[in-house]
Amino acid sequence: MADTSSPNRRVRAERPLSPHLQIYRLPLTMLMSGFHRVTGFGLYFGTLLLAWWLLAAASGPNGYAKFEWFIGSIIGQLLLLGYTWALIHHMLGGVRHLIWDTGRGFGPQEREWLARATIIGSLSLTLIVALISYLFMGGVR
Amino acid sequence: MSGGTSKNFRTPLGLVRGRGAARSGTEDFWLQRVTSVAGIPLTIMAIVIGMLLLGRNQAAVAQIVGSPLVAVIMLGFIICTVLHMKIGVQEIIVDYVPDESMKLTLLLANTFYCWAIGLVCVYAILKMSFGV
Repeated sequence: MADTSSPNRRVRAERPLSPHLQIYRLPLTMLMSGFHRVTGFGLYFGTLLLAWWLLAAASGPNGYAKFEWFIGSIIGQLLLLGYTWALIHHMLGGVRHLIWDTGRGFGPQEREWLARATIIGSLSLTLIVALISYLFMGGVR
Repeated sequence: MSGGTSKNFRTPLGLVRGRGAARSGTEDFWLQRVTSVAGIPLTIMAIVIGMLLLGRNQAAVAQIVGSPLVAVIMLGFIICTVLHMKIGVQEIIVDYVPDESMKLTLLLANTFYCWAIGLVCVYAILKMSFGV
């Protein structure tokens, strides 16, 4: 009795205390959980692009030309594509979270289905947006 | 408890005040849900607006973004986004930064960054709307 109540006794955890990658495998649901946070954090800085675009458009032709030059470059195009994907992915991931908030979608098959729908949906919607942008909207000049 | 000999000078009400009473302790949680629901239509509309503006010159972009409907949608998207990302990154900071002073510094930086982004975007949209 005295031994178990000793404050110096180190209690060994019988289970992993956090979903750590050295302990758990990486199922799709966990990967999508990470993607939600990573895309959100990426969008946090991607918003700089939006602020620059709006400010450039408000400032005049010279300022806008600089923005157009940057967004038309390979780095700018990749950033825009990445921002678009992150935005769509985070939105779909958000829908998934809102479904969970109602108490639904926690079953093994449901959460697997939701995880797949999120990544397949975000990739295909981004592809559609990019294709329409380049084929019909003239892309970035 | 109510006797004068009690060492605790705080009243029961004084002890619980400011600790997040019912329905106000979940303010950030709730605002994050509100902005995520509002964010769905606003994000879709913002993407469509962005696509429609691709390749247009500055004058055309300023005119379209400054037109009432587009301006209101974009203002909604910006305000919703800034509120949402402030809480989101605040959550990331408190999750990963154990050091108290570093945590406070980053939380302060987060607040300033979100306000700066919000102000810049709102100012730019209003400028295009009112053409000053």
